[in-house]
Amino acid sequence: MNAAPRPSPDALLKAARRESRGQLKIFLGAAPGVGKTFEMLREGAERLKAGDDVVAGIVETHGRAETEALMAPFEVLPRRNISHGAHTLAEFDIDAMLARKPAVALIDEFAHTNAPGSRHPKRWQDIEELRDAGIDVLTTLNIQHVESLNDIVAGFTRVRVRETVPDAILDDAEIEIVDVPPDELIERLKAGKVYVPQEATRALGHFFSKSNLSALRELALRRAAQTVDRHLLDHVASTGDAGNWAAGDRILVAVGDQPGGDALIRAAKRLADALRAPWTAVSIETPRSATLSAAARSRMADSLKLASGLGAAIVTVPARNVFEGLTAHIIETRATAVVIGKSQRSWWFELRHGSVVDRLVRALDGVAVHVVPVGDVAASGDEMRSKRPPATRGTLAGLGFVALTTAIATGVQTLVGPNSIDLLYLLPVIATATLFGLRSSLIATAAAVLAYNFFFLPPLYTLTISDPQNVITVLVLLVVAVVASQLAGGLRQEATIGARTATENAALAAFGQRLAAVSDENGTAQAVCEDVADLLDVSTVLFARDGARLVVAGASPASPAIGPVDIAAAEWSFDRGEIAGRDSATLTASDWQFHPLETALGVLGVLGIARQTRGDPVPADKRLLFTTLLGQAALAHERLKLEANAREVSALQQRDDLRATLLSSLGHDLKTPLTAVVAAADALAAEHGASATTATLKAEARRLRRVFDDLVEMTRIESGALTVRREATDLTDAVAAAAQDLRAELARHRLVLDVPPTLPLVDADPRMLHHVLINLIGNAAKFSPVDTAITVQARRTPDRLTLAVLDSGPGFPPGEESRLFDRFTRVDGDDMTGGTGLGLAIVKGFADAMGLGVTAANRAEGGARFALVWPESAIRRPLKDGDAT
Amino acid sequence: MTARILIVDDESAIRRLVRGAAERAGHSVAEAGTAAEALVAARREGCELVLLDLGLPDRDGIELVPLIKAMDRAVIVLTARDATAEKVAALDLGADDYVVKPFDSDELLARIRTALRHRSAVDAGAMAIGSVSIDLPARRVTRDGQEVKLTRKEFAVLAELARHPDRVITHAHLLRAVWGDAHVEDIEYLRVTMRGLRLKLEADPASPQLLRNEPGVGYRLVG
Repeated sequence: MNAAPRPSPDALLKAARRESRGQLKIFLGAAPGVGKTFEMLREGAERLKAGDDVVAGIVETHGRAETEALMAPFEVLPRRNISHGAHTLAEFDIDAMLARKPAVALIDEFAHTNAPGSRHPKRWQDIEELRDAGIDVLTTLNIQHVESLNDIVAGFTRVRVRETVPDAILDDAEIEIVDVPPDELIERLKAGKVYVPQEATRALGHFFSKSNLSALRELALRRAAQTVDRHLLDHVASTGDAGNWAAGDRILVAVGDQPGGDALIRAAKRLADALRAPWTAVSIETPRSATLSAAARSRMADSLKLASGLGAAIVTVPARNVFEGLTAHIIETRATAVVIGKSQRSWWFELRHGSVVDRLVRALDGVAVHVVPVGDVAASGDEMRSKRPPATRGTLAGLGFVALTTAIATGVQTLVGPNSIDLLYLLPVIATATLFGLRSSLIATAAAVLAYNFFFLPPLYTLTISDPQNVITVLVLLVVAVVASQLAGGLRQEATIGARTATENAALAAFGQRLAAVSDENGTAQAVCEDVADLLDVSTVLFARDGARLVVAGASPASPAIGPVDIAAAEWSFDRGEIAGRDSATLTASDWQFHPLETALGVLGVLGIARQTRGDPVPADKRLLFTTLLGQAALAHERLKLEANAREVSALQQRDDLRATLLSSLGHDLKTPLTAVVAAADALAAEHGASATTATLKAEARRLRRVFDDLVEMTRIESGALTVRREATDLTDAVAAAAQDLRAELARHRLVLDVPPTLPLVDADPRMLHHVLINLIGNAAKFSPVDTAITVQARRTPDRLTLAVLDSGPGFPPGEESRLFDRFTRVDGDDMTGGTGLGLAIVKGFADAMGLGVTAANRAEGGARFALVWPESAIRRPLKDGDAT
Repeated sequence: MTARILIVDDESAIRRLVRGAAERAGHSVAEAGTAAEALVAARREGCELVLLDLGLPDRDGIELVPLIKAMDRAVIVLTARDATAEKVAALDLGADDYVVKPFDSDELLARIRTALRHRSAVDAGAMAIGSVSIDLPARRVTRDGQEVKLTRKEFAVLAELARHPDRVITHAHLLRAVWGDAHVEDIEYLRVTMRGLRLKLEADPASPQLLRNEPGVGYRLVG
């Protein structure tokens, strides 16, 4: 029957080890007094009721009556007395428990430290040994004894426990939280219901505060959830069903333009790994982003690329400022932790804009903010604000405005008098501020103040100010200059970035829609090429793998110029998953720059881009856009591939499943009654003595089985479902095994084996060859008269190896040779010997599948000769001496 | 040698007939129709050998093999499927033997005897099989009283087979034990070594009686 897919023996052994090992169940509590022992005893009682053999190893009742009452039904294992100095300690007796070997053992206080002289220093080690012996264990544990949490608990309770258990053991256990609200626990404590060890009394007041208990409780709940998550993940890993994250942490890393982004990304990756959480790298596109230098932009793009390479999802969020963008996104995605770089900005910048970190910490409740120090400070300063219109031009224009104003003012003064002149000077200041920004407008302000003072304020043509009112005029001009330039500057930047992000987003959305609309690979490739060419104003070409070669799957403009070096670069990029070609590290002689389309399924294509002007194919300010486009293109290809795979697999699977089900149910349905027939015949023979009847029964059942096997094999041959497993085969071995299986059929013939032990090994599928030999030798026995010889003969000739079966039967009618191997071909006399007409067809089918020839001929001396022929390619060279022996 | 045997098969007719044969041979018999029942019954005191059908309604029988072996019971797998991969998997998981349905009662009883005989660890001392005697500690093999010179690998393979006489030892097991993990796939080594052993130990190397080949599965030293 078809070998249905099933887990490997290794996986099963592992599962079996887990299963045959005793299970551990931990009753986990936040603090003493929550009722862990009580719960453990209750579960023990339930198991007892269910018929399990439960023994209490160590149960600390601390004299509580209700707990002691629960102990009543259990067999209690006597403790072992260990003298320690003047004291005698009553410890858990592991040997007694092992000897008693119950199904379930109740053992309190998992974290207990054994008395010196015990077998294991820690009780959890005793419990591990019990589990190895197949005993299930129920135990209790307080959260502060968990190793990884020990420091944390000590940190806020100021009580440090020395007794800890490794986290790994918890991962392996079933955990039940025993939970009591803090208020109730404090009540119990006051009522004296909680046993507290002497030495802890002092710390007690502090330890049992409500805030501590709440924190401990949360820790316990989280730890239990983590264990559940891990079980789930292990399950996912072992079933290979990835892609579904357990509910839990989500991490977000804010990628900025500062140097050292790599360190930030890596820190986030480590955190994500530690928490086994999915993570996202977010870049916030603010008005300020537009003023970033090329170097800063490319740093940002590199960081995002690294993040994406390390498995992060990449998101760009447009927002007024980093803080707003981040908080909005964190809330929207319900992230549980955010990783952010320590700001490298000057204290002045932070004073004006506020520290993002501080504001995040204040604004986000329940989100862990991890601040990572990054990079060196020096690098960034000179790169800011490169896009501002040049200051000199602004200054010249500002001075020009002031000169013009002065000229106009001189003309107007004779008409309106000197008093409104100061207002006129607002015009050049506002104009400069709006058009050229703060620095130019400050210079213009200074010029305006000087000009006003010099030309219009008494004493005229000096720079002294006599009237204090005029000082105010100068100050007002200054303030107006600053405010107007800030407002106008902000508006101007916001407008440009808004327009740019809007066009890019629209383009991306359109791109996404086009990709979603096409449903074949070439259509997708062409869409990618055209859109990327449009958006970046470059030539594009997309290569995809077709067999061993890369072929052009799309291009824009059509028919690109591709030379051998370009192909080489594309292949390199495809094979390594790295950028190659122009402006990269590899094969820079190519006119094209090739970017791999990386997906979870590996590289599915490479996108080549080239610029007519031979400049950098991707300008720094388009990097982010390009990375996004590339990501979308890769996703589209991945989607297509997955769809295609899924279609193919499901069609094959359905066919295979149906066949496997059919054959195995046939197998079961037929072989079960056959087994019963044989066993019944044996029973008859045993009760009434063996007879010809019982012998016939058994022989017929055996024959029926062969017929059935032939049918199944024929079905497989016909449906092309044969899988050949070639292995080195010793023909002596193979023939001997067939003869062994056929000993009943061959009982009345002489079997002559002429298979020299010096023959080379040959390639064959062991099961098929066995079946073929059974059919051939069985056939020979069927047609040969009793007591004649059946010969199996193997010969090596220069270009082949032949294994022949010779019988002494009637042979077959001349001219029938070619028809013999057809299905249901039966030769004369077959009726009497009971063949199915399938035997030789199967021989032929299997021989074909194994790549062997098969021939049939009548022998000159009478009888038939059937032969299997191994071609030279299926004959193994002898091993060099020493390899095997 | 009689023992307490557990028959696991979902067909009550088969259980009844096999029980009859086993009881005639003097064994005492318990039955189970599902994997769950089987695990409970196999754990019971006194059970020594489990006849395990692989086609159970509630669970793939092969998953029970390591579980039952962990209880220190002998396991003979009964299978309707003549698939070598399944046999190899069962043996690699610790099964002592397998029998393909439909089986002869005599053959089944013989397999049961063999499995029971070797349940306790085989003493690694000397043994005689027909005209061949093997003294493992002394690393000495004689045939008809004459010492036979074996290569190191030949002796190692023979020793591995002799430690579990009458049991099929899988190719992978032999290769791993003798040549190491790196050579588990190198079945050619095993073929060549077995050929050497046959030539040196078998009366008629073309028709081996001592070293039996189980096609696609492994070898058996017939004890």
